[in-house]
Amino acid sequence: MSNVKLAASALAILAASATTAAARDNVQVAGSSTVLPYASIVAEAFGENFDFPTPVVESGGSSAGLKRFCEGVGENTIDIANASRKIREKEIKACAEAGVTDIVEVRIGYDGIVFASQIDGPDYTAFEPSDIFMALSDKVVVDGAIVDNPYTQWADFNADLPAADILAFVPGTKHGTREVFEDKVVLAGCEATGAFEAFLAVAEGDSDKAKKKAAEKACIDLRDDGKSVDIDGDYTETLARIDANSNGIGVFGLAFYENNTDKLKVATVSGIVPSTETIATGEYPVSRPLFFYIKKAHVGVIPGLQEYADFFVSDEIAGEDGPLSSYGLVSDPELADTQTAVADLVTMSSN
Amino acid sequence: MTDATVHQPSASASKHAHSLLAADARTRKRNAAERRFRMYGIAAISVGLIFLVILLFTIIRNGIPAFTQTYITVEVELPEAKLDKKGNRDIADLKKVSTFGYAPLIDNAIFTKVQELGIETPFEKPKKMRSLVSASAAAQLRYMVLENPALIGTTVEFEVLGSSRVDGYMKGRVTRDSVARDKNIDAEHFDIVDAMAQDGSLARIFNWAFITGADASESRPEQAGIGVSMIGSFFMMLVVLGLSLPLGVAASIYLEEFAPKNRLTDLIEVNISNLAAVPSIVFGILGLAVFIQFMHLPQSAPLVGGLVLTLMTLPTIIISTRASLKAVPPSIRDAALGIGASKMQSVFHHVLPLAAPGILTGTIIGLAQALGETAPLLLIGMVGYIASNVPDGIAGGFLDPNSSMPAQIYEWSKRADPAYYERAWGGIIVLLLFLMTMNIIAIILRRRFERRW
Repeated sequence: MSNVKLAASALAILAASATTAAARDNVQVAGSSTVLPYASIVAEAFGENFDFPTPVVESGGSSAGLKRFCEGVGENTIDIANASRKIREKEIKACAEAGVTDIVEVRIGYDGIVFASQIDGPDYTAFEPSDIFMALSDKVVVDGAIVDNPYTQWADFNADLPAADILAFVPGTKHGTREVFEDKVVLAGCEATGAFEAFLAVAEGDSDKAKKKAAEKACIDLRDDGKSVDIDGDYTETLARIDANSNGIGVFGLAFYENNTDKLKVATVSGIVPSTETIATGEYPVSRPLFFYIKKAHVGVIPGLQEYADFFVSDEIAGEDGPLSSYGLVSDPELADTQTAVADLVTMSSN
Repeated sequence: MTDATVHQPSASASKHAHSLLAADARTRKRNAAERRFRMYGIAAISVGLIFLVILLFTIIRNGIPAFTQTYITVEVELPEAKLDKKGNRDIADLKKVSTFGYAPLIDNAIFTKVQELGIETPFEKPKKMRSLVSASAAAQLRYMVLENPALIGTTVEFEVLGSSRVDGYMKGRVTRDSVARDKNIDAEHFDIVDAMAQDGSLARIFNWAFITGADASESRPEQAGIGVSMIGSFFMMLVVLGLSLPLGVAASIYLEEFAPKNRLTDLIEVNISNLAAVPSIVFGILGLAVFIQFMHLPQSAPLVGGLVLTLMTLPTIIISTRASLKAVPPSIRDAALGIGASKMQSVFHHVLPLAAPGILTGTIIGLAQALGETAPLLLIGMVGYIASNVPDGIAGGFLDPNSSMPAQIYEWSKRADPAYYERAWGGIIVLLLFLMTMNIIAIILRRRFERRW
């Protein structure tokens, strides 16, 4: 029976140590899968250069990350949320309700969104936002009338594009990338083709603002006849779809494209080739800032949190020659301001 | 009598003019049906076998490269002026030099090597050599110096990991053509690689780090290993074994030997069978709600993973335990009771030992199933980037965030760098080896100890 006793006492010790070990000594991060590679590069270098344990970085999407971020304050909640878009008013409110009031917003740099296709596929080499709108929108304007999108080939509406079937793999709605894609490409295309005016003319709503909103929504509604496919997974899934469909074009982050140049060719948007340089200068139209959000209440409680944030935005990491830049992040020209903001933990002004 | 019986069929045979030696139409039809059925069977088996062979072939072809890795041996100079400006070898001062201070030393070392070997190269700056080595090299060098500050001021021979592109080139995954538009490396770098490989300072060797190492970030797939997630899996299996074996065996003994047969026990029985068929992702959601959100256990901890997998494994163990208890003939129980043993004595002294091999087999198969499970782990945060080294201590093993082997494979398969794809296949090989070992142990146990009546 001594074995039983031994096992019982071992279990008891384990249970006791479980309660004592609950105090967390590592930084926990979750959020955008676009920011994940950068965050994990930083976490790794942080673990190597500091005496703190390596932070734990999880993905799951910007919205999912911010939702976990806003669960409350305490060791069981994450310290940092990565996001490929700005936090929304709604989320700030949800945070405040759960007691997360002081949030530090950190912009780490910019990321370009590129359109790429199979390297041996049709000649998708140049797109205008209007092309993407015409190809993918649910409703388009033909001869002044709003009709269901009739186009099946790119050449149907723009003779410069190849006569290939329309097939696009766009990020699903849980991705922050989707928002940028809608705002900077589809909506821009909608306005450029004049479809926005047509939508506005028939929009229903009580006020001008409501009408405008309805028109915008009509613009960004994508067709659901299978020519525009939402990808809820990661870019690897988009890549696999493109591999299987030579006619497909996909929406990727610049960094992902740069790691797969042997399989993908990139298209220019408005005549500009996407690269870290053209994104930094703002010439390339489809880019967005990347952020992470720090829970100020955790600084000083979770060891290494402040140091991790400082390290993330330091010149060595996020600067032009740093590892993030060589992986594909476009470094922020105002990095110095960000550094001081992080050092002083300037919270988001409550406006 | 005998005459009559013999006569009758021959009479009817003569009526149909049939011989037993020549099959009639109906017999031929039946025989043909049997032959067809056999062929279907053989076809089914061969289709299965072909798929198995294709699967194994693909896994092995894609995964084997992960077990070798390209290393470059260089002589690195460790100048005191760079690493210890004050010259007092104080560890706190030495730590101030970050990995960014060490990286140029390796660049210089490789550049010197290139010049020594007389390799023609268009690169004029040592910094251009950085594409050849892994980003982890600087950290290794720094660690080595901090461990042994006496090295400062000397020149050490140092084995650094080649970058993933160089490794891919050595493995044939990357070619000069495929890097034509690659920002990270140029085709000219491969001239250096070729020359160094000929010289012997660059070589592909067995990759222990893949089996023992920790996961790495996206920028350095060459450093990633499955070791730490293996430890995560190990601790999860400990939890599963420690909880589901006693719980499962106790439950089945009670249900099989002691429980009265009534509606309630029938209901329980039906529910256990139903639980065995519940998709594993459901247990993941349950685990998230109960263990993390309600009980506030830490996210990503193997303890929680183990608890979730316990829920999944319990029905399997209960069902197999009950089956093996049932297989023990009632005569054994009757004999024990007949010579005056109590019910409990008859169970623990006679029935349980005889059923043990079956219980063990069931447990091992249940564990193997749990080991390969990914879906419930996704929901409790075990799919994350975990670079932390081996968890310290037993409590850490249970509570520190960790991954598990299948979750790690899933994670790798999602990453941008194709080098991770190769590692995912390599991880599959390691996982399959574990599963095969467990199944073989189960078969051996069954063969050696199982008794038939």
